[in-house]
Amino acid sequence: MTVSSRALLAIVALGIAPILGLGGLSKKAAADPLVVDLSNHLVAITTGFTGTNVLLFGAVEDEGDVIVTVRGPDQDMVVRKKERKVGIWVNSESARYKNVPAYYTSAANRPMDIIAPADVLLDYRIGLKNLRFVPESKLNDSDQKVYREALVRNMQSAGLFGERPAKISFLSNQLFRTDIHFPANTPTGTYTINVYLIRDGGVASVKTTPLVVSKTGVSAEVYEFAHRYSALYGIIAVIIAVVAGWIASVAFRKR
Amino acid sequence: MQIYLPIAEISVNIFLILGLGGGVGFLSGLFGVGGGFLITPLLIFYGIPPAVSVATAANQIVASSVSGVFAHWKRGNVDLKMGLVLLAGGIVGSTVGVWVFAWLRSLGQIDLVISLCYVIFLGIIGGMMLFEATRAIFRTRRRSGQIRRSKKHQHSFIHGLPFKMRFYRSGLYISALLPLAVGFFVGMLTALMGVGGGFVMVPAMIYLLGMPTGVVIGTSLFQIIFVTANVTFLQSVQTQTVDVALAILLLIGGVIGAQFGAQFGARLKAEHLRALLGLLVLSVCLKLLFDLVIAPSDLYSVMPGDL
Repeated sequence: MTVSSRALLAIVALGIAPILGLGGLSKKAAADPLVVDLSNHLVAITTGFTGTNVLLFGAVEDEGDVIVTVRGPDQDMVVRKKERKVGIWVNSESARYKNVPAYYTSAANRPMDIIAPADVLLDYRIGLKNLRFVPESKLNDSDQKVYREALVRNMQSAGLFGERPAKISFLSNQLFRTDIHFPANTPTGTYTINVYLIRDGGVASVKTTPLVVSKTGVSAEVYEFAHRYSALYGIIAVIIAVVAGWIASVAFRKR
Repeated sequence: MQIYLPIAEISVNIFLILGLGGGVGFLSGLFGVGGGFLITPLLIFYGIPPAVSVATAANQIVASSVSGVFAHWKRGNVDLKMGLVLLAGGIVGSTVGVWVFAWLRSLGQIDLVISLCYVIFLGIIGGMMLFEATRAIFRTRRRSGQIRRSKKHQHSFIHGLPFKMRFYRSGLYISALLPLAVGFFVGMLTALMGVGGGFVMVPAMIYLLGMPTGVVIGTSLFQIIFVTANVTFLQSVQTQTVDVALAILLLIGGVIGAQFGAQFGARLKAEHLRALLGLLVLSVCLKLLFDLVIAPSDLYSVMPGDL
């Protein structure tokens, strides 16, 4: 237990308050092989938002490997293929996918294929290549492969799918931490963070924790207003423009 | 300094957007044009979604037209009756345009149509301007001849059209169908391209309707205010793509830029200005054409399905 208490002390020393509560419980909760928390359960998109990092930290009871997956809210996605017609590139065929995560990233303390066999990763849908995307309409196998790759590639270049697993670092045998990066174009919604403890090539424990990404402050109110009272929003937009134009003409006249 | 745009849902550099508004404002003061045809492509180049760029540009043009119309109104350079007939066509045209816009967006072809419209119109207008200005420059150098005005009372099929109306301020007796059609067409362009459409309407008013040049600018500005206001309103309701924060940034930059532009423009010769503007318009056109013709780096694109 001493090692574990020292570990908890170390977390407290890192300036992380939430785990303190768990510290008091640690003797009773000794059976819990995996404890995790986030530095913040809410990512607030404010007017000055340019992306942010959320610290995920936790402790394992005994030694083991840890994999973290972060999955954004599901949405429908359309993948469009461009074709050359009369010299210009035009969108032609498309495939529609249901339930594509708007954000996906994973992290592990060492390469995933060393930690766990491929079938385990597939069963738990861990890692980009194990995500399942089901097209709405039937595609033949080669098309399915090409469209899937295009979907992943585009999401990666938009910074919304993590290209390769990020690094989880162990501070001691039990304590680990990793930074989850949310870019400026992070979609809003409820995110699911799964933390897997892997021992001997099998999943020994899973912890799930939610994370909410939402707009707050002025930008959130403007967005809400534009969608809920769109007619009024339009009228206000016009009035602002008319007043601004009038002020400009008055200012201009005085010169 | 970054600012997160609530509707475009991306964060942009505030000074870059102010500068962009200022730059286009400078040019519009310099050349006496609305500048919508420059601001929309530039916003798209910067990475603002095309739909947001078009709808927001319409909002910004409301402001620049309002600031311009007062001076013309005072001098009596607005043919109200003609403006209202053009406006009637413009309201219908822009309403249809917003509807077409939403339809094309659902097909995934809106970006292509916006680009194609720009390439075609900027190509024609820029080419004509450059050609005409170059000729004028050489003509003044040779000091030979004057521009011959076309006769006011030429007869063509235009004068056989029904529903004739008298426009006292312009001194015209023509079919109301003509200004209605011009208004309709320009209204569609406003919705699809995020432009005031002055660059199409002004030549159409002079050459097609035969209006005296003195009332053309004021009347077109008058009409543009209401058509762009209509587009702003309809886009807000139908597609929620009007970004007020972006529009405010653009118009602050635009207002300041326009003042410097107008002062600077007074020092340049008119035909040199037109030649420069023609070159500018053509280069935007070529950039857009280039993007359409060269093979894209990724043949596949991904869009959320609910759009």
